[in-house]
Amino acid sequence: MAMDESVRKAVLAAVPSLRAFAISLCGNVDRADDLVQETLLRALANIDSFQPGTNMSAWLFTILRNHFRSEYRKRRREVEDGEGRYAETLKSQPEQHGQVEFKEFREALSQLPSDQREALVLVGASGFSYEEAANICGCAVGTIKSRVNRARTRLAELMSIDSADEFGPDEQTRAVLAGGER
Amino acid sequence: MNDRKPAGQQNPMESAATRNKKPNTKPAKLTRDVQARLGQQLRAMYDEVVNQGVPDRFTELLNRIDGHGDKDKQ
Repeated sequence: MAMDESVRKAVLAAVPSLRAFAISLCGNVDRADDLVQETLLRALANIDSFQPGTNMSAWLFTILRNHFRSEYRKRRREVEDGEGRYAETLKSQPEQHGQVEFKEFREALSQLPSDQREALVLVGASGFSYEEAANICGCAVGTIKSRVNRARTRLAELMSIDSADEFGPDEQTRAVLAGGER
Repeated sequence: MNDRKPAGQQNPMESAATRNKKPNTKPAKLTRDVQARLGQQLRAMYDEVVNQGVPDRFTELLNRIDGHGDKDKQ
């Protein structure tokens, strides 16, 4: 199959962001890369349904998101708690991307319902407008807005609870250590 | 025996800092400061992956589909 050079460029340009989105959806780099690969194969097999002049990136995100959703539903039927598994996946690879400082954030993110998580990532990190995110997720703009708001509120709660939890034991540990040395 | 207790659990530092920085009074539950920090973390995490660029497997995949895979192999 001969590929139009502009299509090829646009697809490759979207890959880094597709990967980041895929990782945020499934919490696992290897699975995310498989998801991106399957997305590209589907997209290129159906390239005729892409309307030239529209946003290639948004089109690919839509395919990836729909593919993930159908896979996710299948897997959830096999394994009962999808959210729990996502959180477990994250915990088993805490420093996959180096930065320890993201660990807490990653864990908080993993506790969000998946529809809130994807809305937050699309708008807050991928740089899509509310309208584009609504198209990608196949829902109303107002739904995306409320999901993003709920995601932000919940994240803030999770993060502040986490830091309060950390503060107590840490102080106690220091007190114990100091007591032991004297 | 050591009688020291955990201190400072009710430290209002965060809200004070927010008030000093931006006198923006939003009726929302989240302060702008907290929102900004969450947004920064989210983008930093995301950009870390984006900055990895395009892994070879995807360039190779497109080459294969395009039919000039052998030519471009290195």
